[in-house]
Amino acid sequence: MQQTRLDNTFKQLGERNSKAFVAFVSAGDPDPVTSLKIMHGLPTAGADIIELGMPFTDPMADGPSIQASSQRALKAGMTLKGTLDMVRQFRTDNDETPIVLMGYYNPVYIYGVDAFIHDAKQAGVDGLIIVDLPPEEDEELCIPALNAGLNFIRLATPTTDDARLPEVLANTSGFVYYVSITGITGSASPEQNVVEEAVVRIKRYTDLPVAVGFGVRTAEQAEAIASVADGAVVGSALVDVIAESLDSQGLTSAKTVTETLKKAQELADGVKRA
Amino acid sequence: MSKANSYTTGPDENGRFGIFGGRFVAETLMPLILDLEKAYGAARQDPAFLDQLQDLQTHYVGRPSPLYFAERLTEHYGGAKIYLKRDELNHTGSHKINNCLGQILLAKRMGKRRIIAETGAGQHGVAVATVAARFGLPCTIFMGATDIERQKPNVFRMKLLGAEIMPVTSGAGTLKDAMNEALRDWVTNVDSTFYIIGTVAGPHPYPAMVRDFQSIIGQETKQQMLEREGRLPDTLCACIGGGSNAMGLFYPFLDDESVDIIGVEAGGHGIDTPEHAASLAGGKPGVLHGNRTYLLQDDDGQITEGHSISAGLDYPGIGPEHAYLKDTGRVTYVSATDQEALDAFQLCTKLEGIIPALEPSHALSHVGKIAPDLPSDHLLVMNMCGRGDKDVFSVAEHLNVDIG
Ligand SMILES: Cc1ncc(COP(=O)(O)O)c(C=O)c1O
Repeated sequence: MQQTRLDNTFKQLGERNSKAFVAFVSAGDPDPVTSLKIMHGLPTAGADIIELGMPFTDPMADGPSIQASSQRALKAGMTLKGTLDMVRQFRTDNDETPIVLMGYYNPVYIYGVDAFIHDAKQAGVDGLIIVDLPPEEDEELCIPALNAGLNFIRLATPTTDDARLPEVLANTSGFVYYVSITGITGSASPEQNVVEEAVVRIKRYTDLPVAVGFGVRTAEQAEAIASVADGAVVGSALVDVIAESLDSQGLTSAKTVTETLKKAQELADGVKRA
Repeated sequence: MSKANSYTTGPDENGRFGIFGGRFVAETLMPLILDLEKAYGAARQDPAFLDQLQDLQTHYVGRPSPLYFAERLTEHYGGAKIYLKRDELNHTGSHKINNCLGQILLAKRMGKRRIIAETGAGQHGVAVATVAARFGLPCTIFMGATDIERQKPNVFRMKLLGAEIMPVTSGAGTLKDAMNEALRDWVTNVDSTFYIIGTVAGPHPYPAMVRDFQSIIGQETKQQMLEREGRLPDTLCACIGGGSNAMGLFYPFLDDESVDIIGVEAGGHGIDTPEHAASLAGGKPGVLHGNRTYLLQDDDGQITEGHSISAGLDYPGIGPEHAYLKDTGRVTYVSATDQEALDAFQLCTKLEGIIPALEPSHALSHVGKIAPDLPSDHLLVMNMCGRGDKDVFSVAEHLNVDIG
């Protein structure tokens, strides 16, 4: 596979001995215009990679924070097509920051796998994380996406044992996303030593970078996690800031963009200290 | 689609029925469902497991359930000979217990220490709480807040049985949302917990496993009909939420070509309105809750809410095997509206002295549509899969009767 923005980003970070801060927001949260502003601001705030959530009505692996964020985006009219439009607009003045779309399979399936891969690639998407597509379903989207030059980033979890890891890693590219806990996004925080062991275990089977997420909320946690991995992913803590910044009608306020980016900056600083 | 040689060979090793089914779950759950598949594969061939299951079915559930000739309904419609498969007489009042017994024995066998389940009407929840009590395992039932409101008697029954009820407020607070929440619990408590899914949906092996545990309905029906009438029935009819009572009745007859098979979905206010739960009639293939099947959804692939008078039917999906049986044409799928179900509910109560659940009332309403035009030697079996005790309050409301 050709080098992608993800490969380049991790390579450059590696050369500086620095870790990746991966920032998650839902596309269109709290509305498409504000969401694009947040997205534009994230690289300056220190995000090395943007994970853009594709909103879905039934986000089965997500906790209350990301469920709510997904709901806000859908209520504001976000669609998968709208998500790809956002990426396209982001790319008009940023050609470096990798964008990974994260979500569930059904909207992609309904969009049409071939059309989706084509449009995502054209829009400037670099990778995909599809929560409900394990290796057993690789024929659906993973293989076609890889063939088209999109990274397919797989989740490895505490239940992925040594016997299963090679299968999970087989068609993974870009990086490996280690889910640090058994649970949904935004729940319990992981223990640093447990995460370290897991990262070491995964690295026995792959040369890919390993980013760790689920339950990372503070700059301190981000620092602790990033110090034992190649990157830290933060989602719930960021979208909680969006939620808290909204006015009484649940609409964007003067604080929404600034507060969200301020939180991103704090988290990025934590990761950079690692 | 080409005609299959046998309709009973599915699913394949990937859990597929044609293009439907599969294992669309998060990685955290993947090792668990592989484990479950292995454990179930071993259990179903273990005579000790099967003996224990059968013993409980006989002495705890009260099986076999009767195949009852509904003389007055038959007279009323003046056509086909109508038989009711009386699964409403089972302990706990519906077919749901057939599956729950199988799964709890499996949970025990796998050394699991905690049970979770989703429920809509509360019939599955009650059946789960019942077997959990019987086997001394703690259980947590996820139930939509809306359903908790309309199925109060069942909520209290579950509590009496010692279950913890977790109200689910996300989405419309109905069955789909309860299932999301149960899955979220399962990813969190992977080691201790066994998830008893209540219908022929979810990731492989659930659709096949639940079907197998429910197939006793069809096996008994076949034998009872042969004893009574000396031949197979001509038509089978069952209601469909996720489709477990229907699969249970249909499965042993799928390769009996002479048998007409009809599934009845919940038509709500009518399938030409947005307010229904007929996934096959009004949905299209998509992926939710671990499998590919027909789903009610919009053009963006967002899942829409099902509506039905019956809390047990308003699921926006349907078991993947039904999706396959629809596309192959082996089973005919139709729908009945809320009003038609209410009418059938009252008719059956008055004519047969059997208060049916609102779910099978949908099937009965379809029986009423076809029976008059069928000859008097036409043998028609309807699955009376649940009793209506749980529904009397909401029926009173629909009939504008104040029962306090
Ligand atoms: C009596 C009864 N029938 C039918 C159903 C629908 O489920 P299924 O289609 O899986 O049989 C339910 C579900 O709660 C039920 O309680």
